[in-house]
Amino acid sequence: MEHAMGIFRWIHFMAGVMWIGLLYYFNFVQVAALKNAAADGTAAGISKHVAPRALLFFRWAAVVTWLAGAALLGPRFVPAFTLSGGAELIGIGAWLGTIMLFNVWVLIWPNQKKILGLVPASDAEKNTARRVAFLASRTNTMLSMPMLFFMGVGAHGF
Amino acid sequence: MKNPLDSLWGTVISGLILTGVLYVFANHFLVGR
Repeated sequence: MEHAMGIFRWIHFMAGVMWIGLLYYFNFVQVAALKNAAADGTAAGISKHVAPRALLFFRWAAVVTWLAGAALLGPRFVPAFTLSGGAELIGIGAWLGTIMLFNVWVLIWPNQKKILGLVPASDAEKNTARRVAFLASRTNTMLSMPMLFFMGVGAHGF
Repeated sequence: MKNPLDSLWGTVISGLILTGVLYVFANHFLVGR
């Protein structure tokens, strides 16, 4: 069982690095780069070739991170999500990660599909989708900071 | 009021503040109840 936990932790870390790494790429790099690229007419390179691929790994890494995290919690899953039984700190991290997973699949990905033209949408719908996806992505960037703090102190103490 | 999440620095500062708020909340209301 110890070995299984080690493997779940390893998977949790690798997928988590990919998820949050791509989240930071979107927020710290791509948003500003797209703005500049749109100004000189080169945005299609990013929106056609980079963004869909980055979003593919981003959304599935989020799922793998959550599942490996749930497996890693094992019998502490319920105490973590009820913020009890000594699992309070990791529980806050788990809740923040869960909210972030929800944002990825319910707010970011469906709206990105409209923005990237993977599903039909009017210009007005695309503008709304752009704003919702942007704010959900920024919210996740904000939430990632306490999430990582509580994952750390939940596992290793202060 | 402008949404702090519209700027990158606003997002980072909001994340730091939220971390502090949750830390105080956890220490006072959750840990060692």
